[in-house]
Parts: sequence; structure tokens; C-alpha cells
Amino acid sequence: MKVQDSSKATRRDRLSIDNKSCIDHPNWYRGYRARLKTRQHCGMYTFFNIDSCIEAASSQLSNFFSFMLENYVHIQEKDPTLVNRLFGCAPQDDRGRQECIGIIEVPESYSGPRLQFPLNTNSLTIMIEAFKKQQILHAYYVLEILFETKEAMKQMPNFTHIRTCPTKEITICGDLHGKLEDLLLIFSKNGLPSGYNPYVFNGDFVDRGKYSIEILMILFVSFLLFGDDLCLNRGNHEDFLMNMRYGFTKEVLSKYKIHGKKILQVLEEVFAWLPLGTIIDDEILIMHGGISESTDLNLLHHIERNKMKSVLMPPVPMDKDSGTETKKNKGHVPRGVKLSGSPSDYLTKHEWEQVIDILWSDPRGKRGCYPNTCRGGGCYFGPDVTSKFLNKNRLKLLIRSHECKPEGYEICHDGKVITVFSASNYYEEGSNRGAYIKVGFCTTLRFFQYQVTKATCLRPLHQRVNTIESSAIRILKERMVSRKTDLIRSFQLQDRTKSGKISMGQWAFSMENTLGLNLPWRTLSSHLVLTDDDGNIDYMTCFHDIHIQKPVKEAQSALIETLYRYRSDLQIIFNVIDSDHSGLISMEEFHSMWKLFCSHYNLHIGDSQVDELAERMDLNKDGSIDFNEFLKAFYVIHQLDNLSRSNTQLA
Amino acid sequence: REIGTIIRSLGCCPNEGELHDLIAEVEEEEPTGYIRFEKFLPVMTNILVEKRYRPIPEEILLQAFEVLDPTKRGYLSKEELIKYMTEEGEPFSQEEMEEMLSAAIGPESNFIHYRDYITMMVIDEN
Repeated sequence: MKVQDSSKATRRDRLSIDNKSCIDHPNWYRGYRARLKTRQHCGMYTFFNIDSCIEAASSQLSNFFSFMLENYVHIQEKDPTLVNRLFGCAPQDDRGRQECIGIIEVPESYSGPRLQFPLNTNSLTIMIEAFKKQQILHAYYVLEILFETKEAMKQMPNFTHIRTCPTKEITICGDLHGKLEDLLLIFSKNGLPSGYNPYVFNGDFVDRGKYSIEILMILFVSFLLFGDDLCLNRGNHEDFLMNMRYGFTKEVLSKYKIHGKKILQVLEEVFAWLPLGTIIDDEILIMHGGISESTDLNLLHHIERNKMKSVLMPPVPMDKDSGTETKKNKGHVPRGVKLSGSPSDYLTKHEWEQVIDILWSDPRGKRGCYPNTCRGGGCYFGPDVTSKFLNKNRLKLLIRSHECKPEGYEICHDGKVITVFSASNYYEEGSNRGAYIKVGFCTTLRFFQYQVTKATCLRPLHQRVNTIESSAIRILKERMVSRKTDLIRSFQLQDRTKSGKISMGQWAFSMENTLGLNLPWRTLSSHLVLTDDDGNIDYMTCFHDIHIQKPVKEAQSALIETLYRYRSDLQIIFNVIDSDHSGLISMEEFHSMWKLFCSHYNLHIGDSQVDELAERMDLNKDGSIDFNEFLKAFYVIHQLDNLSRSNTQLA
Repeated sequence: REIGTIIRSLGCCPNEGELHDLIAEVEEEEPTGYIRFEKFLPVMTNILVEKRYRPIPEEILLQAFEVLDPTKRGYLSKEELIKYMTEEGEPFSQEEMEEMLSAAIGPESNFIHYRDYITMMVIDEN
């Protein structure tokens, strides 16, 4: 910003001396603050965009699974049991419980919390105190709690109906995402759950944060103790395949090395039995995502919700030739496929879509209903869709979560939709507040906000903005380097004179189209690339301070780049194949999976290249690959760091 | 209300009164609380071209602080600063005051070294 000329200065001099400081300083400060706020907004927007893109990629994965099923025949030749493992239903019997837990003993040396069954309120406090001290609950108790919860949840309807009354308020919390500190902060401000202090938790309890299993234990024990006074709604992350990508699976397996697999198996079912929503006083509907124009509350009240195992497991496609006698005409498997379980174990496509809509949709200002291309599932719904839906169902308000909001909550659609998000500092320290809502008698609402602060005292705005901004830029750079080849190609296409430089407009165009991210590129450009005095961009400087570490020197850059870009998807697929959770898959499994992956995603990677890579990954030459090691090998080096980051929070 | 942030982040320094007038100029006929970009763009372009609402130079701001610090200590105490900021002109709101203080004053001390503070606000733009 240029300092202005002296003519204005003399005019100011004529003002009284005291007035000067009072008028000008606030203006200066406000300008400074405005610039900080803009940077903060830019950082947050970048996070949110990249975050949503990752979720969109999940739906690509879902298409991949469909594709696999269609190409079933080929797979079956190679590995007959593979498809069953992926798509078969787990047998739902309870003999499993005794076999499962009966053999586990809690050793004398165990220093964590010990619980008595049947549970009482003491159990809850003991557990919370233990978690505060970073203790881990023994797998025996975890499994007992999970089985109990499953049994209790089976009795619940798809939507829990509760009522307010003059003596107690209902507290509604949004996404927690494994952030135990936030839950404990809520409890300390608002009290523990009890018959006099009812709560509704609106989904996304797990993934991303490091204490997802502890949060689940607290919520499930409270649910077992207080029944209808502790309502749990399913979120899009209460889904075993999402967990594989976003960290919950890893958390469980690392905290419970011996029994983790069992815990995950039971959890798969408990998640599927979580109710879909809560309705207060027949007026307020609480669901995790939102609605679409076709959302049919009646239908949702009656579907068999436990058949929705995962959003990434699409319903089995219909086959008209092999007719089925089932009355409801549920999905039928293609001929020749022998899946365990019968057709009636699956939801119809329509039912499946209804559930996706309520778990994944987002409200927007634009009228109408559009596919949610950002997330890859659900839709964007406008204020007209909301009005119509609420009127049709004689409701007054929709409370939902699913989106991080800087103030912890946000009201939109004319006061008819409220978003509540309870994980403060979600993207980065200082990025946002958390909030909860208290509903009183006659559905009056009160909003409460908070922010978990670390040991250091609350930092001034400019420091927080710097942190948010630099984290966002980091993540953006990692995205960029994962698409380096495509980006360079795009830049070169625009660089007619082969000078190595293009205009700002051309650069922004390439970035947006190649990365598929709708971001303020011109504002971000100063952090990403060098501009010369004429305003032209030296595009190769995009990649100057960041590169992907090559696990094997001879491997080609394009292959490495591809593996880096898809490493999250690959992680899920490997985890699915690795049904015994050993961390190992066989070379054949790797081969067949990789071939299918490439053909579906249209990747042109020569087989021999991948084989070579895999062979080198098979360090002990026993024909199996430790895929965690394999994937860890693909990480990005930020030149300006001393340490290299292998997995960022969001990736 | 976000218009103020946008205008200021572009380098302009209107005071609250001027900002109010500006908003009235670009707002819709029926105040919906929203502003259309098509209406805003020409007005904003004009402001930038005419170099309106430029901030006062850094030296003047420094002089202003020195006036409040006649003994030339190089700093002001928190109380003194609050007193001057809330007394005249266009005062800060409570929230702005707290934020400004946390930015200007270190957590342990009670004094604002105004030279450093001004430098921080200026450097930040580049």
C-alpha cells in the first residue's frame, strides 16, 4: 500500500491534536483487521474446498466397487472369495457374542478403568476420569458395551421422538470427530447427561480426531444408562468404509492390537443400527446432513435402516431377467453371482438414495435442488425445498450438522435450517468455534459457543490467521504436486511462446480446471508461485519447494505421482481386501486389484512398472505386501521443513 | 456488513460514517441486507481509481501516538490507550477493543510499544 502524498497530510494537521489519534488509529486498525479477516477467510475456504473434494473422491470409490461387481466374473476366476468378502453380509447371530467376549480376560496388570455390569452412573464418571488421564478402556469392556448397545439400538425406531418439558432443556450437539476435549468441555459447561439433562448427538462422532473410540464409549454408556434422554443420530462417518480412510479404523487397530478386528466388526453393525434422526415435539427435526426434494419422511420411518452398511457399498444392481418373488422387489444380484445372504438383505436403490440424502446433503442459498458434486453424494438444497418439506411434514425447523462453521453454528433459509458443529479448532488451532443448542419448553432456542484452547493462552488474531493460512497453503501445495504432470501439461498448452511464463488469468484457469478446486487463485498466487515485474507468472516455480519422495529411485515420476494421489483410495481398498486385518495382502490380490483400479480410473500405468514396484515392496520376499509400509512410502517433502509429513490431517 | 471488510482489505480507510454512506449507495432498493456484485463493482472501481479513503501516512499515525505520550517513554499503558480509544471520534466496540489489545499488547505486559505496533500493522499489508 502506497503512502499518500503530503497534500492530504496538511489537511489532517489542521485537526486538533487529540482528535487525530482517535479518528485515525481506529481506521488503521480496522483496515489491518479487515485484511487479516480476508486472509483467514481465504484459508478456511481452501480447507473446506479441499476437504469436500476428498469426500467427493469417496464416491468415485463407490463407483469403483460397482464396477468391480459388474466385472465380477473376471474377479471370480482369480479369487472366488473376494467379492463375498466385500459384499457379503456378516451373519447376524448372537452366538458370536459369547464366543467373542467369553475368551477375553482382563489381566491383573490392567490399570485402566474397570466397569461393573449392569452399568450405573458411576461407570460413566469412572470412564470419563480415566479418559482424561489418557487411559485406554480394555477391549473386554469395549466389546461388552458394544454388544449391549447393539441390542438396545435394535429396539429403537428409525426416528426417536422426544418432548420438551418445563423442567428440562434438551441439548443438541453436532459433529465431534473424535475430539474428546470438546466433548469434555461441553460436559463441564453444560453438565453430564442424565435423566434431567437430555442430549442429542447429531452424528460424526468419529474419524479425524484421535479419541474417537473414547467418545463412542462415553456416548454409548450414556445411551445405555439414560435411554431416550440420550439420542444418537447416525452421521456419514458412522460408516466402516469411511472409517478406513479417515482414521478411525487405524485408531482402533493401534489402540487394540489384539482385539481391534473384533471391535471393528461389531462396530460395523452398531453403526448400521444407529437411528437416522430425532424429532422434538413433532416440530423440530434433527438429522445429520439435510434433505433433498424427494426426501420422504414416511418411507424413512419404515425402511430397515440396518441394511445400510456403508455409503460406499451401493445397493446391488437390479437384474430383470432373473425375476424374484420377494414382495418388495428388492435388489437382485446378477446371474451367476453367489453372494452370501439373500436379496432381501439389501436396500433398494431408492431407499439407499434416501438415506444418502439425509446424511450427506448441504443447504445453500440458491433455490432448487442440485447434486452435491463437491461431496459426491446427497445434494444442495435451497430455501424453497426446505419450506416445502417442512410444510408437508408439519415441522417448523430442521437442525443439522455436517459442515464446519466459523462460529460453531449458522442459521439459514430464513431461520428454518440451523447448522450446529461441535468440534472447535477443526481444521487448525483457532480456525473455528464449536457450539451447542439448548431447546426449552415450547421449543425456545438458546445458543452456546466455545473454543478449546491449548496450554498457551489465546493467541492474537494475526498469529491465528498465520497458522490457518500456512496450513491451508501446505495442503494446497500437496494437492498441486500430486497433479504435477497434468498441471505442467496445462500450463505448457497455454504458453505459446514457450517462455516458461503465462498470465495470471491463464495460470488461474489452469489451476482451477486441473485441480477442480474453486478457490480464489489470484489471492493465493502470492503464496504459491513467483510473479515477475510485468505481472506474468513463472509457472514452474509452483513446484520449487515441494516434491514427492521417491521410495524407489528407478520408479518413474508419473507412477509415483499417481500412487501418491490415490493413496487414500488405495488404503481403503487394501483394507477391504485384507479381511483379517493383518496388514498384509498377497501379490496376486495386489495384482488383480491394481489392474481393475487402473482400468476403472483410466490410468495408463504399465503393468511391468507396478510389478517392479510391488516386488521391491515385498521386502521379505514371502509373496505378501505390507501395504501400510507401501503407502507410507509415498509422501511429500516440503523443502522448507526439517521434518517430512507423511499423512496430513485431511489427506 | 461484510462490505466494510472487503473495502478495507483493498486498502481503503473510510471511517464509519463514510462507510455507512457507501453501503447506502450500493445496497438494494429494499434493504435485504445483501449487495449485488454488479452494483458494487463500478462503485468500488471508482473509489480505487480516485484513490478515495486513503489512510493517513504512517508518520502521522506515529505522531498521533507521540502526542499521547508527551514524556516520550516510547510506550503507552493499557489504561491510557483504552481511555483515548473510547473517548472520542469513532470509538471501538468492546469486542474490537479486546481484539486490538490482544494484538497490540503482549500477554504478560501491560504496555503497548507503539512503534512496534505501527510497524506490525504496516508490514502486514506487504
